[in-house]
Formats: sequence, C-alpha cells, structure tokens
Amino acid sequence: MHFQLTDEQRALRDGTRKLLDGRFGRDRLRAAVDEPALDRALWRELGAAGFFALRLPEEAGGVGLGLPEAVLVFEEVGRALLPGPLVACELLAGVVDGVAAGERTAGLCDGSAEAVLWEHPADCDELILVEGGGRDAAGAPGRAAGVYRSAPDRVACAPLTSVDPLTPLARVTDFPRGAPLAGPDPSRLRREAALLTAAQQVGSAVRTVETAVAHARERTQFGAPIGSFQAVKHLCAQMLVRAEIARSAVYAAAVTEGAMDVTGAKLLADEAAVRNARDCLQVHGGMGFTWEADVHLHLKRAWLRAACWGVAAEAEEALAADLLG
Amino acid sequence: MDLAYTEEERAFRVRLRDWLASVLPTLPARPDPRDWPARRAYDTAWQRMLHDAGYADVHWDAAPTIRLIFLEETERAGAPYVGANFVGLLHAGPTIAVEGTPAQRQRWLPPVLRGDEVWCQGFSEPDAGSDLASLRTRAVRDGDDYVVTGAKIWTSHAEVADWCELLVRTDPDAPRHRGLTWLAMPMDAPGVTVRPLRTLAGTAEFAEVFLDEVRVPAGNRVGAENDGWRVTMVTLSFERGTAFVGEVVACRRVLGALARAARANGRWDDAVLRRRLGRLNADFAALWRLIQWNVSEAGAAPAGRGASAAPGKGGGVPGTGGSVFKLRYSHARQELYDAAAEVLGAGALDAGHEWVADRLSSLSYTIAAGTSQIQQNIVAERILGLPKGR
Repeated sequence: MHFQLTDEQRALRDGTRKLLDGRFGRDRLRAAVDEPALDRALWRELGAAGFFALRLPEEAGGVGLGLPEAVLVFEEVGRALLPGPLVACELLAGVVDGVAAGERTAGLCDGSAEAVLWEHPADCDELILVEGGGRDAAGAPGRAAGVYRSAPDRVACAPLTSVDPLTPLARVTDFPRGAPLAGPDPSRLRREAALLTAAQQVGSAVRTVETAVAHARERTQFGAPIGSFQAVKHLCAQMLVRAEIARSAVYAAAVTEGAMDVTGAKLLADEAAVRNARDCLQVHGGMGFTWEADVHLHLKRAWLRAACWGVAAEAEEALAADLLG
Repeated sequence: MDLAYTEEERAFRVRLRDWLASVLPTLPARPDPRDWPARRAYDTAWQRMLHDAGYADVHWDAAPTIRLIFLEETERAGAPYVGANFVGLLHAGPTIAVEGTPAQRQRWLPPVLRGDEVWCQGFSEPDAGSDLASLRTRAVRDGDDYVVTGAKIWTSHAEVADWCELLVRTDPDAPRHRGLTWLAMPMDAPGVTVRPLRTLAGTAEFAEVFLDEVRVPAGNRVGAENDGWRVTMVTLSFERGTAFVGEVVACRRVLGALARAARANGRWDDAVLRRRLGRLNADFAALWRLIQWNVSEAGAAPAGRGASAAPGKGGGVPGTGGSVFKLRYSHARQELYDAAAEVLGAGALDAGHEWVADRLSSLSYTIAAGTSQIQQNIVAERILGLPKGR
C-alpha cells in the first residue's frame, strides 16, 4: 500500500498551482469579482494545457490520467477559487464537442435537486441535465433517469442573485428533454461531480488555514502576534485537522470510486471548507467582515458547493443506511 | 496514491489470519479485569505465542504497513490486546533499541519480546502532567547507584511490572529540559511503593508510584546523564500513529452494532440520531484513511528522519501527523459513545453495559498521551509554524 502522491502526481499538483498562480492570481480574482463573465481566453488556455481532457484517453487526444489526478487538479482549482463551469467541463469533455479543448463550454445541472441550479448561465454553450442516478436511482416522478442535453436558449429560468459573486446562478424552471444521451451514466456522473466538488472544498479549506495562519503571524495585538495566543492557535489547529481528515477521505474516494466513500468525503469536505472559511474570517477580525478581504469569497463558494451534488442531510442519511447494509 | 496492498503484504495478512483462526480458539477465558496477576499472565502468555509464531517484533522491525495489517487483523479476529506488554513493546523497548548499549539491548529486549518481563512507565508526576519537563523526582549519584526520591502517577500495570522506565532529574540547576535522565528501575527495589488509583470508571487501571531513596544501578541509565529529555522524546513519538489502528477497527464495528440496536429498539426512527450515526460513519471511515495516509508516509520516510526514532530498519515514526489524527479520533470516540448512550436510552444508566463502560473510559482519550489542548499547541506551533506563547 502506498497511499501517498507519486512523483508524477506531485509534479501535476505543483504544475497546476504554478499555472493558476500565474494566470489567476489575486488581481485576476478580484477583477472577476467585479466582472464575473467567463474569461474565454483563460478557458482556452486551460483547454490547451489539457485541463479538461485530463481523463480522456490518449488516443482520443486526452491526457489519459485518472480520477486521483483530476482530484489533485481540482484541489488546486478550489485553492485558487477559479470560477467557471469547471466540474461540468471536466466531466463532459468527452460528451460535448469543443469542451475538451476549452473552445466551448458546457454546464451541468442536477435535475433531482430541490432547486435545479445552473452555474454561469450566460457563459454555457450547451447545458446538460442529469436526472436520477442518485441513491433512489429513479428520477423525479414521471421522469426517467438519464442524461439530457439542451441548447441554453431553450431552457426556461428564473433569475437568482447568487450569494457567490464569482458564480452567477439561474434557477431552471423548465428543461426541454429529448431522448437521453447514450454515453454518460447518471450515477457515475453524479458521483464524479460530487468528488470533484469535494476536491475543490479541500483546496479551499487548506487555503483558508494558510490565510488564517499568515494573518495570525502578522497581526499584532497586546504587543504580540495574535497567533501566539492559544485561543487563536487552537482555532487554526482545528482548521488543519478538518482539512487533513477531509483530504484523506477525498483522496481515498478518488482511488476506490466507491459510492459511500464519495458521499462521506463530500460531507467532510463541505464541512471543512465552510467551517474553515468561517474560522478564517474570525481570525481576521473586523477585516474578515469586509468585501476587500478574500475570506468571504471562500465562504460563499463553499456554501454553494456544499449545496451541489449531495447535501449534508442526504449524505448523512445515506451513510446511516449504509451501516445497516 | 494507491490503496492496494502488495503481494507480500497480502501474503502476510493471509498467513496471520490463518494463524489467528488456529490459535484463538485454544486461548483460556479472559481474566477478571480486577485480577492483575491473572491479567499479566494472560497478556504475557499471548505475547509468548506471538513470539513463538514469529510475530513478536512486528511493532519494531516490520514496515509500518505490516504493522497496520497486524493490528487490523488481530482486532478483527478478536485477539487479545497488547495489554501488560504495552510499555515494553511500544515505549521502553523501542527506546532501548535506539538509545541503549548492546549489553542493555541484550539484557532487556529479548524478555520483552518473549513476554517474560513487563514494563511500566514513570514519566508523569502529580505536579508534572502536560508540563512534563517540570518533573521533580530527584536522582542523586552515590557510587555506582542513583538514589531516587519522588512520586510518579498514571502508571499502568505498576502492580505487576518488573521494570519501570523512569524519568528523573539529575541536575536541578540546569535548564529544565537539560537536567533529566532516563533510568530502568526494577520495581522490586526497596523503597518503591505502589498505590492503585481508581478511575471514574470504577476500576483501578493505573497507580501512583512513590519512590523513597530507591537505589538504581548507574548501569541502568539509558543514554547519557542529563540527556533524558531527548531519549524520552524518542519514546513519546512512538506512541502516536499506528497505536490506534485496532481501536478504529473496533469503533467501526461498534458503530454498525449501534445502528442495528437502534433499529431493533425503534430509535432508528429518530432522524437526528440516524444522521449522527451517518456522520460518525463518515468520520471513522476518514480516520481509517488518515491512518493509511500516515502509515504510508512513515513507510516512505527516508532513513534518518523518522527512522532515527524507530528501532527497525523499515521504521519511521508517525510524527506530527499523529497529533492531527489523535485530535479528531479522541473526540470522535467520545461522540461515538455519546451516540451509544442515545441508542441505549435509560440503558445508558446501567454501568454494567459494555458500551457504558466504554463511554466512561472514552473520557480519558482527550487527556491521555497529550491533552487535546496540548495537541492543538503542537499542531499550531510545529506544523503551522505559529509563534510560541501563551
């Protein structure tokens, strides 16, 4: 057993971090807050770097890597708070033409969710809806489980002001369904979407620990760095514990691809990202409450991701049922 | 990033499983937990069986993954715990293996591996708990002996131990970490008094040890005089990591039993309880993965890093990663048994119930081997690099 990153996986992680640092640093992040339209040039660049074709076989022009590698890349994405329909494009690269190269974009909606949310509605060239394939297997009453596609202009939406300034949202009210697509399997798509979302949560959780620690070393009160006070230290220590536990769960789920492993990993990663962002905010004190600090961007995105591809209540029920299985 | 076991690791597992299946039915009944001599006899007999079957030094020489498999399989099979052999196998033994002279290794290690001798630990004192370096038990050199006077506390198996790994102050004028020395003290030496301490669970799981001018031969000193803090740290770092493998396996089994009990008694209909159990399922699954992660890391550690603290060639010490693990595990264990109480309802007031006894003992987990508060300081200062301070 060697449950550690291989040298190649380390190189992939480091390379991704470097690419994102260079192309989506803090200035670009803050610019995206003011102007959330997708940066198509960046998208094409990511496509050219093999970002979306990561898991496509080499004979199909892909990079030929597996789910663990995709998880490492998405951890970096979460760390950088890179916006866009990333999970959708990663999973649909072999389904929708042009997505693998970053030339076109696709969105992915969970048709079985309480509210069918569509991320970046103005920037998707195509919309895919996955119906059913969850724990209950079947879709909503009267609908067959399956994966459906639609041209975005045929989808009816209600507007929604997204809590996350980096992720515009619409609420889908009507999605015209044709015959289901033959290729993708709904439960697999759902599982992988949950896992890649969880990977981003881990990246965010790790980043907010680092941000909190950096601030706690820098900020001086009562004549000492606030990080020398145990009350602050212990907040930071618990943040690391959450991030590391979630990371182990997410990496393991990437290796096993087991449904319960993914469900548990998403639950813990959601919690790590949300609670770490809140603790990071707390460590920042008043500045943490400002628009100018980046902390709220992590928190809001963490909330959004926690609401996608399996929420805590569903996950806990599924994991409870698993104990009896 | 791979969770598959190698052929060698799988073969070890199969061989061990077969052996356990053949010997466990031949074991005598478990002793009364209040009968210390019987417990010692039972635990050491088990160690002797492991020794004769070639598993004696699995904690020392084996690669961390082999150790993990050993602990996982023995727990699954319901084999006896390390029990009275704990300090010898996991604390004093590894310390002597790394820091002892060849003669000391020859004198003390084989009896530990054979289950012939039992060790206990004399580190903590009534006034030196988390702040271990403030300990005051004095050792004064007199000819070929040290004369030791003081008091130790939280000493498990003191009533039945042959030896005590003892941390004493030899230079009261030196900076506090620099005046300590590590001694192997025979427990039958004149001046040693053992007083059992009753825990809140009602049982006497450890003792106070009073030392009144106890003479310990200078040849029983491991490491240099006044270098005892460093020698001791070698031992302490060995405590974290794979130590909890068997317990996590056991917790996951208990969790399944809780779910079945809740369904049988109707409490499964309570969504709040159900969701708590589901959450614990995720928690313990993740803790298991973190063990696998830490063990893989220890196995991959280059010689000279973790390996310096491990007696064996394949060793490596789960270091600060162990603090992250213990912080979550100790609380998760308490949450597990709180959930058990919820499942039991009024039955949670029956101290005779196994889960209630385990609930009581779980209260020590956030205190023993470094309180959660100390662990958080360790994580914050040594991993995150936050400045020391109060």
